[in-house]
Amino acid sequence: MSAVALQMICVAGLLGVAVLATMISRLKAATSVVYGATLALSAVALIGAMRSLLDPPAAAGDLVLPIGLPWLGAHFRVDALAAFFLVVVNLGGAAASLYGIGYGRHEPAPHRVLPFFPAFLAGMNLVVLADDAFSYLLCWEFMSLASWALVMAHHREAGNAKAGYVYLVMASFGTLALLLAFGLLAGPAGDYGFVAIRAAQHTPYVATLVLILMLVGAGSKAGLVPLHVWLPLAHPAAPSHVSALMSGVMTKVAIYGFIRVIFDLLGPPTWAASVVVLILGGITAVMGILYAMMERDLKRLLAYSTIENIGVIFACLGLALAFQANGLKLAAALAFTAALFHVLNHSFFKSLLFFGAGAVLTSTGERDMDRLGGLIHRMPRSSFAVLVGCVAISALPPFNGFVSEWLMFQAVLQSPDLPQWALKITVPAVGALLALAAALAAACFVKAYGVTFLGRPRSTAAETAHEVDRYSLSAMFILAALCLLAGILPGPVIDALSPISVQILGGSMPIQADEPWLSIVPIAESRSSYNGLLVMVFITISASLAVVVIHRFASHALRRGPAWGCGFPDPTPAAQYSGASFAQPIRRVFGTLVFHARDHVVMPPPGDTRPARLRIELHDLVWEQMYQPIASAVGLSADRLNRLQFLTIRRYLSLVFATLVTLLLVLAIWS
Amino acid sequence: MVVISDILVQGVQMLLVLLLAPLLTGFVRKIKARLVLRQGASVFQPYRDLLRLLRKEVVLAENASWLFRVTPYVTFSAIWVAAALVPTFATGLLFNWTADLIAIVALLGSARFFLALAGMDVGTSFGGIGSSREVMIAALAEPAMLLIFFCMALVAGSTQLSTVANFMASSYVGLRVSLGMALIALIMVALAENARIPVDNPATHLELTMVHEAMVLEYSGRHLAMIELGAFLKLLLYVSLIACVFLPWKIAVFGAGPLAYAVGAASYVVKLAIAGFLLALFETATAKMRVFRIPQFLGAALMLGLLGTLLLFVSRSF
Repeated sequence: MSAVALQMICVAGLLGVAVLATMISRLKAATSVVYGATLALSAVALIGAMRSLLDPPAAAGDLVLPIGLPWLGAHFRVDALAAFFLVVVNLGGAAASLYGIGYGRHEPAPHRVLPFFPAFLAGMNLVVLADDAFSYLLCWEFMSLASWALVMAHHREAGNAKAGYVYLVMASFGTLALLLAFGLLAGPAGDYGFVAIRAAQHTPYVATLVLILMLVGAGSKAGLVPLHVWLPLAHPAAPSHVSALMSGVMTKVAIYGFIRVIFDLLGPPTWAASVVVLILGGITAVMGILYAMMERDLKRLLAYSTIENIGVIFACLGLALAFQANGLKLAAALAFTAALFHVLNHSFFKSLLFFGAGAVLTSTGERDMDRLGGLIHRMPRSSFAVLVGCVAISALPPFNGFVSEWLMFQAVLQSPDLPQWALKITVPAVGALLALAAALAAACFVKAYGVTFLGRPRSTAAETAHEVDRYSLSAMFILAALCLLAGILPGPVIDALSPISVQILGGSMPIQADEPWLSIVPIAESRSSYNGLLVMVFITISASLAVVVIHRFASHALRRGPAWGCGFPDPTPAAQYSGASFAQPIRRVFGTLVFHARDHVVMPPPGDTRPARLRIELHDLVWEQMYQPIASAVGLSADRLNRLQFLTIRRYLSLVFATLVTLLLVLAIWS
Repeated sequence: MVVISDILVQGVQMLLVLLLAPLLTGFVRKIKARLVLRQGASVFQPYRDLLRLLRKEVVLAENASWLFRVTPYVTFSAIWVAAALVPTFATGLLFNWTADLIAIVALLGSARFFLALAGMDVGTSFGGIGSSREVMIAALAEPAMLLIFFCMALVAGSTQLSTVANFMASSYVGLRVSLGMALIALIMVALAENARIPVDNPATHLELTMVHEAMVLEYSGRHLAMIELGAFLKLLLYVSLIACVFLPWKIAVFGAGPLAYAVGAASYVVKLAIAGFLLALFETATAKMRVFRIPQFLGAALMLGLLGTLLLFVSRSF
């Protein structure tokens, strides 16, 4: 059976499960049945996708279904790029299904989740499989709508209706941009097959427009600043395993769309395009993580951190474009591999962290970090897995997040070879932005972990928390293990990604399997190399050595006592450092500029016994200065147009007549 | 046989940094004391302090978790591994290629991450204030650091420290304005990263502007000893880093034989002494700055790095 047929059978299976779920969703066993079925189907699809990535067939055959446009049919195909993204989608899908078996039991309204979950998975698979513009857009809309239904699963909770509304508006807007982009690509001839689009020549004018439209269309789904506003509303609103899919996987499907169109279909890039992508990526990374730093809702913090990672990936893609435009194949492959590696890594640790947030939500009912704390004592296993995720997402060795960021910085260091001055200056500046984002990410996850899991419990819910079920735990631990594995054995991952760069860029990084000791060497050993395995081994050895020596020669005495705190014991857990206080230094350094942040202290006069109050004022400038004016303009014009609703039949008829005459006049003058 | 001797040399390097680190701190303290006309403790006092801490019992806060107890070992070993990967007396040791400059700095980042978490673990305000300020300083230092590395990599064509050191020791380099800027910027970042004056005061934890010492306030006994030793090692690491990149004289090339190693080691100790003396002199002559002046301090380092990079581009294009 060909690879694409296998994938399509899995997709059909998922759609079948969706239909089945509508019928059985009120049964008690429905949760296990549905998630069990999606787990099995995703696992099969994952194995199939891995096979086509690691052992690519000589010619990727396509599958034509007699649906869609009548003269075209619906084309589906699995090439190296699609295979990689299918791995990401189905790995995330399998993990979310496994997690869902346990987590879904706490779902108050399973009939709102169960049918849409398999449909959402099927939609994401189909987008990656599609090989013509029409099916692509159709599947894209299907994916958007399925995820929208999942966002609206708990539609009565405060804020969720707004989240769903903003998501729907932004998704339609994005699809509109994609529609126009594909229209331009297909040209007046209107051949919507990807093969024909790839073969056609595109004028620079069309290429520029397509780039802008793709940045809007795919960028809004991925969460590029300033099109990100829906993401921190919608992702946390869904049930946690769906949040994990939306953040960890659906944003990657958007990135797949961007890569497919800009790198594959559009032909050779121009260097000016890369400057735009680079700068957008850098700004998105820093803005995303600054937003996350200010957040006190755990799931929204994770959603904002997704925006940061999307920025990192787009910056890598921008670098790849810059090198590709100048014919520096090796450096382009390095940047492109860094982007793909980060796609994979982010899908691991972001899913893991959302699962962790879901575990916290199940056992405490809280998402507000400032009402949590001390969970490491009551949820030891979950908190260990989340710790791994936090270290990995903070780009710290020896975990996987570091490897992709390291590759990215190696690509940044290749920029002196670029001939254009604009790029020479932009790339180091963006590199500094990315370093800032990486450091802020570490700060942000110290805050997220420290406030949620460490310290003393700030509420009774946190005090009475308990460990979650086996399924949830095993999903988290599998992802944590993958984070470590990809971090200490990056060489095989890079080698597995090389067929994609060969297909897309026509060059790839050196084969890493030939390097001694499983090191990774992007260009040459004298330039730079990194060996995650040895770093891990060294740390383990030296730590165990230290432990052995200390326990052999030093005092073993240990006494528990009240915290020292310099002799100032804190009376209540509420006096601990909260998320807002932890973020205060960074708010003060960056927030005054980015958020117009102000701290207002209301101090009662001497003798007054009322407590002093601190109020923090933060402004989301993107929302207030971009979206609110648009929203109010739309509202205003809708109000004005509302008058047209109450006309008499005579006036309606004259309106129709006037429109007709105007159109005819326009036509007459035009031609 | 060759492999065994290679591993031996690498082991000597690991032991050397471990043994020299407290001495460097003791030396700096002694010089500082002498500069303000105090007698000062012996240069070996840090060793005695460590031994005393090791003999004492650990007083652990009631709600401290396993993370709090594991962190001293994790941070110590991460810093030790990082310090062992920086060339000290010889370049090109067996495992030097395990991690380049960026990875070494990231290893220090791992150590800091766990230390900041441990500061949050007990749930006292001191730990929180220390952690939150520590991560702020790191967030400011890291972009500056990247631009400094960028500047260095532009000159030497590598981020591999051995290659950089060999290149800098060769006669191709000469005096460059960019490298001077990178040096100044790196020193500024190193001061911030090591919690030295003017960014933080290593001698106290009883003022509200403290950072590092507040974060580790709850530690005692053997745990504190590990953390202190880690801090000593970190100082040594940065001094070695600056020495091997900017003052690589007499550094031995790998496989040069015991005599060259001995010369390299002797010159390394001399470099450490000079750096320690300059550090003490600087700290005595400067006042600590307010916490929210640090962004300007590190922003200046960032700008120096950027300027150095741009100057290199300009000088290359002519």
